[in-house]
Parts: sequence; C-alpha cells; structure tokens
Amino acid sequence: MRARGWLVGAGALLAGLGVLAMGLELAGYDAGRALGALWSGAFGSWYAITSATLVRAIPLVVIGLGLAISFRAGALNIGAEGQFYAGAIAATWLGLHAGSLPSALAIPAVLSVAILAGALWIAVPVLLRVRYGVLEVISTLLLNFVAEATTSLVVQGPLQERQGIYPQSDAIAEAARLPLLPGTRLHAGILVALAGAAVLHHLFTRTLWGFQLRAVGLGPRAAEISGRIDGRWMAAAALAVSGAIAGLAGGIEVAGVSYALFQNLSPGYGFTAIAVALLGRLHPLGVVLAGVLFGALEAGASAMQREAGVPAVAVYVVEAVVILVVLLAESLRRGGMTGVAAIGSATGARARG
Amino acid sequence: MTPALELAGIRKTFGSVHALRGADFTLLPGEVHALLGENGAGKTTLMRVAAGLIRPDSGHVRVGGIEPTALSPRVARRLGIGMVHQHFTSVPAFTVAENVALAAGWPVAPGRLRERVRELSARVGLPLDPAARAERLGVALRQRLEIVKALAADARILLLDEPTAVLALAEVGELLRVIRRFTAAGGCAVLITHKLSEALSAADRVTVLRRGEVVLTDAIAGQSAATLAAAMIGEGLPEDGPAPTRTSSTNVQAASRAGQPPAVRIESLDVARDGGYGIALRGASLTVAPGEILGIAAVEGNGQRELLRAVAGRLHPLRGVRQVATPIGFIPEDRTTEGLVPDMTLTENIVLGSSASDPWIRGRAIDWRVARARTAELLEEYAVDAPGPGVAAATLSGGNQQRLVVARELARKPAVVVAENPTRGLDIRATATIHERLRQAASEGAAVLFHSGDLDEVLELATRIVVVRSGTLILPPPDATRETIGGSMFAAS
Amino acid sequence: MTESVALLGGFLAAAVRVATPILLAATGETITQRSGVLNLGIEGMMLAGALAATLGATAVGPWTGVALGIGAGMLLAAVFALVVIGARADQVIAGTAITLGAVGLTGTIYRQAYGAGGAGLDLPTLTTIPLPGLSSLPLLGPALFAQPAPTYLGFLAVPVVWWLLFRTRVGLALRATGESAEVARASGVPTRWVRAVATIVGGGFAGLAGATLVLAQVGSFAERMTAGRGYVAIAIVVLGRWHPVGVAIAALAFGAAMALQFLFQTLELDLPYQLFLMLPYVLALLALAGMVGRVRAPADLAKP
Repeated sequence: MRARGWLVGAGALLAGLGVLAMGLELAGYDAGRALGALWSGAFGSWYAITSATLVRAIPLVVIGLGLAISFRAGALNIGAEGQFYAGAIAATWLGLHAGSLPSALAIPAVLSVAILAGALWIAVPVLLRVRYGVLEVISTLLLNFVAEATTSLVVQGPLQERQGIYPQSDAIAEAARLPLLPGTRLHAGILVALAGAAVLHHLFTRTLWGFQLRAVGLGPRAAEISGRIDGRWMAAAALAVSGAIAGLAGGIEVAGVSYALFQNLSPGYGFTAIAVALLGRLHPLGVVLAGVLFGALEAGASAMQREAGVPAVAVYVVEAVVILVVLLAESLRRGGMTGVAAIGSATGARARG
Repeated sequence: MTPALELAGIRKTFGSVHALRGADFTLLPGEVHALLGENGAGKTTLMRVAAGLIRPDSGHVRVGGIEPTALSPRVARRLGIGMVHQHFTSVPAFTVAENVALAAGWPVAPGRLRERVRELSARVGLPLDPAARAERLGVALRQRLEIVKALAADARILLLDEPTAVLALAEVGELLRVIRRFTAAGGCAVLITHKLSEALSAADRVTVLRRGEVVLTDAIAGQSAATLAAAMIGEGLPEDGPAPTRTSSTNVQAASRAGQPPAVRIESLDVARDGGYGIALRGASLTVAPGEILGIAAVEGNGQRELLRAVAGRLHPLRGVRQVATPIGFIPEDRTTEGLVPDMTLTENIVLGSSASDPWIRGRAIDWRVARARTAELLEEYAVDAPGPGVAAATLSGGNQQRLVVARELARKPAVVVAENPTRGLDIRATATIHERLRQAASEGAAVLFHSGDLDEVLELATRIVVVRSGTLILPPPDATRETIGGSMFAAS
Repeated sequence: MTESVALLGGFLAAAVRVATPILLAATGETITQRSGVLNLGIEGMMLAGALAATLGATAVGPWTGVALGIGAGMLLAAVFALVVIGARADQVIAGTAITLGAVGLTGTIYRQAYGAGGAGLDLPTLTTIPLPGLSSLPLLGPALFAQPAPTYLGFLAVPVVWWLLFRTRVGLALRATGESAEVARASGVPTRWVRAVATIVGGGFAGLAGATLVLAQVGSFAERMTAGRGYVAIAIVVLGRWHPVGVAIAALAFGAAMALQFLFQTLELDLPYQLFLMLPYVLALLALAGMVGRVRAPADLAKP
C-alpha cells in the first residue's frame, strides 16, 4: 500500500476516536476512562486479544473481503447484513442435522450451505440490476430487513429450541463446530479469514479476472472498448461473490461462536464491514488490519459499556467518522470522486508497476 | 453601420492545441453570414466565444459596438445572443414546453406555457408540439427545439452550429427560409456550415476559417464553390502533388499483396448512429487488402465513426456482411476514457485487452514481471516519455498517452488496425511517431484504416482514400486530386 | 355488519397513522432525488429527528419536539450535503455512514439523557385532532380526518410539493438539475445550491417523520426504532415514480401493509407477526421488480 493510503487510514481512525472522545466529554461521560476501557477490552490481555478482538474481527474481515471485491467492480452491496443472516440460517439448519457426520465433512458442508445461502440472497438484486438496471443499493438494503425478520420467524418457529421457551435454536451438532484455540474462544474461522485474504490478494494481483474486475471499476468505458470486458456481467459476478462471502461469514459465526441461531446475532457486521473495506482501501491486507482494528473497537465497546457506562453503539460514531474521512480524503485528492472503486486505486498499483 | 457582433483578434489555446490564432469576425445587422471551414478549423470555438461559453486568451468581443466586461452565457443571453448547438442541449425527459421555459425563463403555468410555445413556434415557421417529450423528437425537430429555445429567449443574434448537418433536403430549405424570415425581421444570423451549396444559396456574406485563422471574408456574390473550397483546404503541403500516385513506395508494397485475400471486407453494411438516433452508415461496401493504409476523409458526424467502429467490432451493424481478419487493433478517439484507464499503471494499461497470445498470460493468470518487462520494452520502442512502467497513465502527457495506446495495439501484431483521429491534439513529433508506426504496421502486413479531420494528414498517410458523406461511402476516381477529394467531402449536391 | 365496518374503519385509521412518517420521509426524499441526490442517510436523519423530538417533548412540549426533530434532520442533511455536494464524494457510502453515525449518536445520547432504564416515558404526545363534521363520515372519517397534526401536514405537503415541482420555475430548475445538470447549468441554474437546498429540505422532512413516529405513533423512543422506515421511504419514492401523488399513494399502501398485523391480531388469526414485518419490504421488492422497465429515475441521480 502506498504511504498516503496508510496515512489517510490512520488519520481517519484518529479522527474517529477524537470525535468519540469529544462527544463523550460533551455528553458527560468520562472520556479518559471510556477510552481506557476501550483499550483494555481490546488489547488488555491475551484473552482479550484472542477471544474478544480477533473473534469479532473474523466476520468483519470475511465480509470486508467480499465487499472489497464488490466495491472494486463499482457495485455497491449494502445488503451484507442480510446475506450474513441468510448464511447463518442455512448453517444452523444443516448444523442441527449434521450430528452423524464426521467433522471433516460436517464443517465444510455447513459452511458450503452458508455460502450458497448468501449467494441466493443476493441473487434477486443481481438479477434486477443486470436485467433492468435497478439500483442494487436499494434492493440489497431492503433484503436486510427481510432477512432479519426471517431469522426472527425461524427462531420462533421451525428452528426453535426443543423446549420452546427462548427465541433461539438448539445448539448445532458438535461435529459441525469449528475447532478452538485451546484456552481461548478463537475459532478456526480465523484461518478462513486469513486464507481468504491470501486468495483475494492472489486474485487481484495475479489473475486475469481480478485485473478485469479492477479495470471495470476504475475505467468502465476503457474496459469495454479497449479491454473488451462486459462490465455488466463483471459487476454481477462481483456482487454474487460478495453475497456468497457474506453468507460464509454468517456460517462461520454460527459454527464458531454462537453454535446457535438467534435474533441480533450480528451487531451490524454487514455495515461495519463497509467501514472496514473502505478503511482498508479495498486491499486484502488493509481489510485484515482494518478488520482487526474494528474488532478491537467493538470488543472494547463492550468493555466500555461495562466499565464506563458508555453505550456500545457509540462505536458506530467512530465508524461513521472513519468512513467519511476516507471518502473526503479521496474525494478532495481527486477533485470529485468518480466512484467508490477509486478508493482502491491508491493501493496495489505499486505492486504491479 | 455598427456591427451587431464583432470578434477581434481572438486567440484560444487548449493545452497544446491552438484552436484560434487571432481570428476576426464581423456580423452586420440583418445579414446571414456563413462561417466555413474544415473540422478543427475553429468555427465552433469562435462562436462559443461569442456566446460566452468560452473565454478567449486574448481578443475582444463587442455586441452592438459595446464590449461587455465579462461575457458569460447569462450575459450573452441578455445581450440577445442565442447559440443553437450541434449537439442536443435540452433536457431529454422534459417536454418541448418545459425545455423552452427553462431556457427562456418563462413561468410554468402549463396551459398558458403550451399556448405560448405553440404560438411562437408557429409564428417563426418552426411549428412544434409543446407536449412532446424532447427525447422522442427526431433529429429535425430537435433542431427546431434548439432554435425555438433561442428565439424564446429573445435572441436577436443567432449563432447556428451546423444546423443542417443532419437534416433532409426538404427540411434544409425550410430552415433556411426561417432564418431569412428572422433576419428580415431585424435579426442577424451566423451559419456555421461545411456545405458550400448552403453558404452560396443562403448567406449574404461568408468568412472562411482555416487552422484558427480567417483566410477569407467576402460578400457571397463574389465567390463560387471552387473559390470557397480552395480557401477551405488551402494550398496543401508543399510536397503535395496529385493525391493517389504520390506515395509510390508504399503503393508498390500494397500492390504486391494484391494476391492475398482482403483483410477487411464489408458489404452493404448499415450501422446505427453511435449514441444517437437513426442510421449513420448505409449500404457501405469496401475491401481493404493487407498492407494498405486506407484513409477516410470525412466531416465529423457523417458516419465515419460508425464505419470504423463497426469494422473494429465495437459496434454491431444492423445488417450487411462484415468479415474482418483478427487480431484487430483499435485506437479510439478518446484516449482518456476509452483507450486508457488513467488510474492504472502503464503496465496495467498495456495488459488491457489481453488475449491468450500475449506473453504475460499464463492460462488464467498474469505474470506481471513479464508484463512489466514487455511494457518497458514498448516504452523504449515507441519513445514514450515516462519514468517507468509503474506510473499511473494519468501522469503522462497527451502525446505519450497516445503513444502508449498505439504501442499496446500494434504490439499484438494485428491483422487490421483501426485508428480514430490518432493524432488529435498531438504535437508534430508525436504525430510523426504515430504515422511512422502505422506505416510500419502496414509494411508488416496489417490493413490499416484511419480517419483524421485534417485532410492533409489523410492524404499524406494513406495509400488509398475513401470519402464518407451523409452515411454513404464514396470511392474517389483514380485520378482524383486533393481538390476534388476535398470538394466531395463538403459538397451537398 | 357494523362490526366489520368498525373493524375496517379501525384498520384504515391505523394504516393512515402508520403511513404518515413514511409519507413525510418519502415526500422529502422525492424532492431530494428529483434534484439528483440519492440520500441514504434518510434513515439516520429520521432517527435523529425521533430522538430530538423526544428530548424536546420531555423538556418543553410536543411542538418543541417537532421543531427540534426537523432541526436535527436538517443538521444531519447539511453535513451530508457538504460531503457529497461540496466534496463530491460517493453518495451511497456517505449516506450509509451518516445513518451509521446517527445510530451511534442517538443511542449514546439517549442512554445518557434517560439512563439505562430508558423509555417507558410519559411523553407528551400529539393527540388526534378530529376535524369537525368530516371525522364522522363512515369508514373514511376516522381514517382521514381524525388523525394527529402531522398527518394533516403530510396531506398538505403532497399538493404543495406537487405544485412546487411542477408549477413553478424553481421546481423546473430543480427537476432540470436532476435530469440534466449540464443543461441546467447552461441555462443559468446554480445546480450545487439547488441540490444542497433540496437535500436539506429532504432532511427536514425526514426529521419531521422521526418526530411523528415518536410523538404521534409509538409514544416513546427506543434505539433503532425507525427499523428501516427510511430505506422503505426510498423504495416508496421509486414506486411512486418520483411524483408526490404517486409517492403518497404508495406510502398509504405501505401503511396498510404494516397495519395488517394489527388487523390480524384483532381477528385473532394466528400468523407469525414476522410475516407482517417482512411483508412491506417484500412488497417493495416485488413492486420494484414488477414495475421495472417502466421506471425512469431522474437521469442525473447520484452523479457527483
């Protein structure tokens, strides 16, 4: 990544934290104590790092990688939250029935249906965009709410626990659960996240498809005329892949963290991942780092709530400021944005120069 | 008599292109004044200066003898100057009435507005249906809308940019009558055109621009088609003789390949207008042999873009036969949006449009080291002035960007090369490089098709010439000279 | 028979009441989108309006709440306008960020102001104002003419916005900006200002919608209470073809879909309530899919 990209990212994060601190002081909280709790909750101990920060980072990184693909092609998938739930539902359903399978089969099976579910969930918006040019922004957004309602329906209905008291599913079979790092709650999903980042890096830097995707996002007309690439299908493919990956994140969360399905399984991962993707400048390494950072923020936010009484949602303000700062920096640099894909142009070019 | 409009010593440079080099122009009250010239001569630029859309680098604009302090589109409108553009400048989704209201600042009460528009358009002889949606209008009616808009804004000076370029014969006559009526009622008009017959029949006086300078201003009575054409294309380059026989060496080479099958063969090709309505090219038939350099002489908008792009496979013909040998190298007109991705590096731009035969392609992967090395080679070979392959394409100058595009397309050893205005906006050195490369490609067996707005360039580079006029392919006779070719580009007989 | 009439009447009244915030937000967003700006921050502006209204109502009274709600919406919209019109940043991402930030902001401020116990407040709300005579009409009477003030404001807004958009020069300039900004500029329209004003006005409507949600419908504040109504409003704008009357009809249809759950509860039909939660969004999606091909957005929408 170019130095400037790093600087802007760091600056955005600092700005976000600064705004948070200021806001907290104004609202009457003890900002120092809050930020201290934020830090210790995120990095204060080995347990905090592995079982709070990294665990929360995993879904953010995974979804963020998928969004990086989508954004680089110039397609705006704002429905990752819904795709996440779709994956979670599918994973739970299979996980409940996978008891008789060995882990080596159960886990891939569970994750596979999650991927499928995510792809299916974005299929309608993709179709609408390809055939009719309907803004995928709106269609993916609306499906978020349908997914949440479906989750609610399902955990109070067909997938509800046997005892029928709480709106949650039974625990999935042991065989379907991801192995943990002993002594922590860090699950194998981190391997998926890191592998995903490596795959994405390979994709963007080494494959023709990855190159074409980037070309479509950065220069759609040139991609069509000189590159002879069909931009519409490229964007559709990018959307489909990002949906599938968001679904995978949902499956990982069920198989690695909650072992069950319930409402509010996601504290807004689908939206936070947008900030992660942008802060990471749509670059796999950047997304990993940004994901860890935001995982830290959210882990710290819980601690902040426990110890300083600051509501965890305050961390959203940080995220919002980060997004806006990155947007502004990029926009001002170019005298007006030419699309979100441009955020990725500051990175990666050096690697292929 | 105080001129209604006076432009004195106008200079305007766009980057390295000198669009206007001290042009003078005077419009007298009550007259129709034709402004003639080739593409790129500066006619549109000069009138846009008058309309306040462009600020000249130096020179004066006087309206009715008074020089306004700052000429903006608003001020121009207030001073009674109305420009009727060649390209559509209305809101497509609005109705005729709404477009007029927007342009003229009329209140929007629908019944009254429609009546006003209907009445005005009928009165000036250009009746329009106020309720029609602008985007659904045919080309002729769109032209009407542009004129009615200007008139509704109380224009006393009409600047019309190629108003009859896309009109049928009957419509042209009607339009010229309307203009006459307008001037008879006290207005005056500038008619930018490349059609000599129009200038001769409709105008009172004529000015000819060539390469940004005025070469002739006279009453139309003292001019003829021959004198006007001569003024427009000038003396030509010194080494020039009768056109086709000049390029002896390359002609011999082309002849030696005559035995091979043609690299390009089209028959009765119809192509729809790119980004517009209607058919731009009709019944085009043409063969190009390997090693030939086919120059297309045409005024912009006559269909040569569609011809080139159909051959290059970037536009699908409506009907007809198209057989073109592959691979095809395409050098598009707009290098920054169609030829290059400015945010990507030079290497990445070279990789654009990769096919399996490119050395850096390994199945579905790209070997960037090979690509980078090859790019460095190409930069050297094509004299692209850049610090290295890893810089963004946006950092290159126009000339170097074009060299890069040419490098990419020619490096693939295409069987057919299609180039749209490949030297537009380039300095002499860059132009020479591009010419050299195209000649080299032809000598290595490629069929080269190109268009340039500069007739002299076409004559110099091509081994064979065709003319496209109003969508029709015209093959000049073997003994055609520079003058006759130039004439056939412009005349509308 | 009269029982079913009463039932239907009650349902209609609920439909209109539930539709009002969406109608208000969508009407504002129509203005914004007609000028060429896609405001995804509308959800956040609605939420901010809701909280501001809550604060205002507890501090002073319901109408102060309404005023503060409108103000909060406009404030956020001004920030948004600065980013997307001033700096020409991507509208979708910026709007999403605004909503995200608003969720965080409102949640934090709410807890601080009202403590962990939160709502269950006795908010002074806006009561229904039955219009004399009209409200006694059968069926439609209570539905249309016995509603709280914001509903009447919404009814009024529709013809006013329609008139503004289609019968005034300002409206013409605004629509030209959204369809073809370049042509508008050539005609002397200050497109950036037009867009900025349209965005802020839309934000004001969104804030009003949030205030209405709290003060005339739910009666208290809860975090994330807007639950996507802002996004639904955007879909409504599409469904209503960017026309105030179409938008009003679509909004009312939505209110009806949302009010169905109350109807079914009264009828004691045993359907999971989540189906009703989903229904409006699914309907919106189906409608978007169904009306495709005949939909024309303002041509320059969301272009910087």
